[in-house]
Amino acid sequence: MSAATARLERGRLKRLRELVTPEGLSLPLSVASKSARAGAIILDLTILFLGTLIFLFLFTALGFSMFNVTNMEEVSPALELVAIIITLLLFLARHGYFLWFELGPRGATPGKRMLGLRVAARDGKRLTTEAVIARNLLRDVEVFLPTFFLLGGGQEAGVAGMAAFVWLMIFLLFPMFNKDGLRAGDLVAGTWVVEAQRVKLPEAMSLAPDRSREYRFGDAELAVYGEHELQVLERVLRQDNPEAMREVMETICRKIGWEAGSGDEREFLEAYYAALRAHLERGMRFGKRKADKFSADSP
Amino acid sequence: MALPSIFRKTEIESPADIEAASLRSDRFRLEREVDWQRLELIVLQLEKGRPRRIADEDLLELPVLYRKAASSLAVARETSLDAATLAYLESLVRRAWFQVYGPRSSLFGWLRRFFAGGWSASVRDIWLDICIALAVMVAGTVVGWLLVDRDSEWFYALVPSNFADARRPGASREALLETLQPTENADGLSYFAAALFSNNAGVCIMAFALGFCFGIPTLLLLVHNLALLGAMLWVFSGQDLTWEFAAWLSVHGTTELFAILLSGAAGLHIGRSMAFPGERSILSAASASGRRAAQVMAGCIFMLVIAGLLEGYARQLVGTASARATIGGVMLAFWLLYFILAPRPRDHDEPAIGKGGKR
Repeated sequence: MSAATARLERGRLKRLRELVTPEGLSLPLSVASKSARAGAIILDLTILFLGTLIFLFLFTALGFSMFNVTNMEEVSPALELVAIIITLLLFLARHGYFLWFELGPRGATPGKRMLGLRVAARDGKRLTTEAVIARNLLRDVEVFLPTFFLLGGGQEAGVAGMAAFVWLMIFLLFPMFNKDGLRAGDLVAGTWVVEAQRVKLPEAMSLAPDRSREYRFGDAELAVYGEHELQVLERVLRQDNPEAMREVMETICRKIGWEAGSGDEREFLEAYYAALRAHLERGMRFGKRKADKFSADSP
Repeated sequence: MALPSIFRKTEIESPADIEAASLRSDRFRLEREVDWQRLELIVLQLEKGRPRRIADEDLLELPVLYRKAASSLAVARETSLDAATLAYLESLVRRAWFQVYGPRSSLFGWLRRFFAGGWSASVRDIWLDICIALAVMVAGTVVGWLLVDRDSEWFYALVPSNFADARRPGASREALLETLQPTENADGLSYFAAALFSNNAGVCIMAFALGFCFGIPTLLLLVHNLALLGAMLWVFSGQDLTWEFAAWLSVHGTTELFAILLSGAAGLHIGRSMAFPGERSILSAASASGRRAAQVMAGCIFMLVIAGLLEGYARQLVGTASARATIGGVMLAFWLLYFILAPRPRDHDEPAIGKGGKR
């Protein structure tokens, strides 16, 4: 395993939480990674920005033609209506977008949904309407204020500007400094953002014809690997890449002292997978687990 | 693929021959697979917001299917090393859990409960914070007055230039009276109302959101906004126009200042519960007070809509000081009565801050 994947794996384990549901069932949950959250907010802001821009463009096109007809002193009712709609729309875009989507059954804005995230209550209870309102009202200070501040050139305002900038950064960087990646709004509302991907159920692995007669593996040959290697083998078999399978087969044969044949990679690996899994699961039933090839066989 | 495709929503593929599987854990999986996929279809429809598409018997079975899947997961974790199946089950149980324990009330149902008493109960729960915020607002007004009284240059520091057109220190009585006059007709007023609403709501949300920093920025914001009022008051009273100015302000001011008061109090409530969490952890204290304060805030936005309409229309169309004062007084009485008298919903959270916060 390369260093990068090892780091990824460590990060994943670090984000793993256990949530106890009201009926006492423990559910594994992964807190969303900081990069996924940042990606989600950038996606949402892009959607909002483009949406607003399109609307504004349409309305201004409409309003602009009317400006030319009437003079500025006498405001036409139609133009006024356009102006009202724009004002309210901007307000709604700023506050209503996140609220509406997070109150839905998916509990996620489009940006979050695209990245497989959702909002959940931290205490394992129901996500309440109040909680969603609270976490989104604070978004104003965390996201919009810094954005407008930077767009408005606030950082050029001398000492006061710098102080304001530092202060806003505290809000913006708040999720970096706690292990659950909570932003201020999450903290106040009692929510967190967790991973909620849809996983498809793949085929069962041991449906292939039983080849335990052609390939007989003894206990010593199965004892060299653990659960981690089993899962790697499972991934290789599911990907069904001939070169990878060849490579894995040669590695296994070297390890157990077999002569690697050719042309029967898949059959060999399926048989070895089934035997290894049966071996490890038998151990599991007796309370013996073997995490990977480095761990000792005895409990 | 075992997962049914989009076009065959209601069909669930029967599992491959269970006996063909050589591993015991795979047989376990194949025996239960149909139930899992049935649950997945129900959850998918719920996630899409289409509960009507689900057959009645499926919906009745949902809790049973959910628990079956959950117990399958518990068993599989101890007996199976099939990583893909475990990942599928974990994701399925998690998704089902979110749906079974998802938000139960619709937005409409929530609104009904909110206006029928949930809102006023939350407002009553934060009475102490409202008192503090009120004291701070009065102090802010007095400070604004005193500052401008000592040195009228302060006026320009306190009041943003777009407000200080004719209303500045040394303006003549006529010029000041002119700014209080109603406009002749309603043209342009609805835009004015919408803009005012948007602006005021921004201030309110800010006052609330800043409560997160232990409430101190909220207090500063309240003092700053009310000092502006004090400075204006000084300008008008210098020309004996106090009553006219107060009446002009009260049309929308009683509603708007009340909303600012409530949002400041809501921010303060969060800040106070984080600074003095009592026996709870800071996180749980913050989230309990946050939810209560959010309810108050949702109401504030509603109040500001009304304030914007009053400011945009009523104030600009009604001319006499006494009529203006009457509108303002009636609005104030209405809000007070509503907050004090509206019944408390039976399942409303009990306030813990009053007890926990003082200890």
